[in-house]
Amino acid sequence: MAEIQSYTLNFGPQHPAAHGVLRLVLELDGETIQKADPHVGLLHRATEKLAESKPFSQSIGYMDRLDYVSMMCNEHGYVLAIEKLLGIEVPERAQYIRVMFDEITRILNHLMWLGAHGLDIGAMTMFLYCFREREDLMDCYEAVSGTRMHATYYRPGGVYRDLPDTMPKYKESRFRSKKELDAMNATREGTLLDFIEAFTDKFPGCVDEYETLLTDNRIWKQRTVNIGVVTPERAMNLGFSGPMLRGSGVAWDLRKKQPYEVYDRMDFDIPVGVNGDCYDRYLVRVEEMRQSNRIVRQCVEWLRENPGPVMLDDRKITVPTRVEMKDDMESLIHHFKLFTEGYCVPEGEAYAAVEHPKGEFGVYLVSDGANKPYRVKIRAPGFAHLSAMSEMVEGHMLADVVAVIGTQDIVFGEVDR
Amino acid sequence: MGFVVGIWESLDPMLQYVILSTFKILIVTVGVILTVAFSTYFERKVIGGMQARVGPNRVGPMGLGQPFADVIKLLIKEIVVPTASNKFLFVIAPLLSLIPALATWAVMPLHPGFVIADINAGLLYVLALTSVGVYGVILAGWATNSKYALLGAMRSAAQIVAYEIAMGFALVGVLMAAGSLNLGDIIAKQEGGVSNWFLVWLFPLFIVYWVSGVAETNRAPFDVAEGESEIVAGFHVEYSGVAFALFFLAEYANMVLISGMTAIFFLGGWASPFEGWTFLNGIPVLSFLTEPGFHWLFAKICFFMYSFFWFRATFPRYRYDQIMRLGWKVFIPVTIIWIAVEAVAAWANVGPWA
Repeated sequence: MAEIQSYTLNFGPQHPAAHGVLRLVLELDGETIQKADPHVGLLHRATEKLAESKPFSQSIGYMDRLDYVSMMCNEHGYVLAIEKLLGIEVPERAQYIRVMFDEITRILNHLMWLGAHGLDIGAMTMFLYCFREREDLMDCYEAVSGTRMHATYYRPGGVYRDLPDTMPKYKESRFRSKKELDAMNATREGTLLDFIEAFTDKFPGCVDEYETLLTDNRIWKQRTVNIGVVTPERAMNLGFSGPMLRGSGVAWDLRKKQPYEVYDRMDFDIPVGVNGDCYDRYLVRVEEMRQSNRIVRQCVEWLRENPGPVMLDDRKITVPTRVEMKDDMESLIHHFKLFTEGYCVPEGEAYAAVEHPKGEFGVYLVSDGANKPYRVKIRAPGFAHLSAMSEMVEGHMLADVVAVIGTQDIVFGEVDR
Repeated sequence: MGFVVGIWESLDPMLQYVILSTFKILIVTVGVILTVAFSTYFERKVIGGMQARVGPNRVGPMGLGQPFADVIKLLIKEIVVPTASNKFLFVIAPLLSLIPALATWAVMPLHPGFVIADINAGLLYVLALTSVGVYGVILAGWATNSKYALLGAMRSAAQIVAYEIAMGFALVGVLMAAGSLNLGDIIAKQEGGVSNWFLVWLFPLFIVYWVSGVAETNRAPFDVAEGESEIVAGFHVEYSGVAFALFFLAEYANMVLISGMTAIFFLGGWASPFEGWTFLNGIPVLSFLTEPGFHWLFAKICFFMYSFFWFRATFPRYRYDQIMRLGWKVFIPVTIIWIAVEAVAAWANVGPWA
């Protein structure tokens, strides 16, 4: 009898659904997947090693570039680990700002995921709807840090600066009438908090819009229900975290189980799936967006009423303001020292984890007492998820591989690091 | 003027016929190609509107020059022929898919009395040519010698076989109702207002034909043969420049064709929906509403084209096996049942075919 050879297909690294640089070597029987072998490392930038060669605070920017769709959450994990080693307490207002921006980042990430997942399965319109709302959140990033993506806003000891009183506005152009311009700038006249509040008012309506297009859509259900099923036991064994784990029905969320910052004061729910398939994970993430919106709302209300410092007042760790630096010799020295040598961190090791939009993002830091970390190890949730790729797609069809890549919410910045 | 008429009348009748036909063919072909060009613009504007963006607005007034800019861009691009491909088939495949798409227009009655070839087996001709179109796709996928393209070709072949049957059965229903294979006769049978359109009596067949038509043209949500996010671009993954433009042209010409066919078979083609509303005739500007003519066919085609774009903006993509299931297990039984119903109705003398 003739030997039957399976069809080997090289999926990626340049492929519209590879979410960056995923290379999958698929063994196909017709269109049915027999084996999927993910190859990683195409976006390896040696982030951990780079961080070991620089003063602690100079690596925050590298963290933004790990998972480049949830920037501030990455910073958060790293900054928390440094703070743990230094043994410092962050001002309350800074904690609220961090929680607020963590949740804004979660919405940003989930919008990106929903858009890309929709586009992978062919629902093109989702992508543009999601990006419309993402644009507003990007503007929040811009208002507070000056950049739209790689913010470097969280610093050990607090956040870089307090929330601004103005929002960036759209400018006049040949293709925009005065009326359109005014409509676009309508919510941008007040402070950042006003803008975020206006966003939280309209956002649940936007989520309803997304759900109208997908949740009860027969084709969407046919494409996601019972695809990539992971049992709760298996999910835990595979090291899943975040929505991937909750989609399988395990109610595990670091924001509830090991609250950091001020999450213990927030009122929110953890959505949990039942079947552990792509559809449940979709529902979990959509509900998470609604819950994040609630948290942002609570933070906005608190931040309105409670002004205060947003940075620790300890000149050995945090930099003085520019004004102080200009008229005070000692501040100038501190500024210079902090931006060149940095600070020495006591000997020891620390692991800090945050509930990143994709799962548990942890940073393990070892310090030998120098101004640079001795070792940095980043626990990226996406890596564990990608490892389960083969198991999740076996026996499914080629089109389902795309659905599973989408549901895993893979971003190569963090997988390859 | 008299001079020209004189020359014309001095010509041999056979020659007259050839010149006239060539002229008709030119008008229809150029018309179809222009329609295709502007339907890309139409598509981008419609989908743009649905997706909260503006669509093309830079080239010419309101971006109307965009189709021409695209064509020029594609014309000056290099056609890359992969080394490992079968070069002859690789080059001929786009033509194989374009030619049937244009040739089918020969039997389309566009206006009362205007049709290039008024043949009696028009419906069979349509069925035959739309089936030939798939060879272009299959050959392109095979000749490219790429795994993605081969998968696309395979999917396309399976899909077309399944939907061709459903479409054929739906047309059997039309044929039974009209009692003729000639497209002009089919339209004539539907004259006399909306209630006489086959849409009413053959509604299930209309749905089956229309959805199968969307599947047949490889449009979303049935675009698995191209499947952007799965197999990159499917059968035309390695095509560039004009070769790609031909595939593109063929796809859109097929869309216009399917829209036209659906209009002819179920919506009375160039027949007016307001036929018999005599009070409209009194109003001078509105009298065109009751008159049959090309404008009605065009309006119906535009409506179906709009639906094509609407589907594309709304639905996620089916998986390949789900398309097969829909075709074999839903559409074919529906058509068979409705043909049986129709036969019983005809036997009992109910309905328009009585």
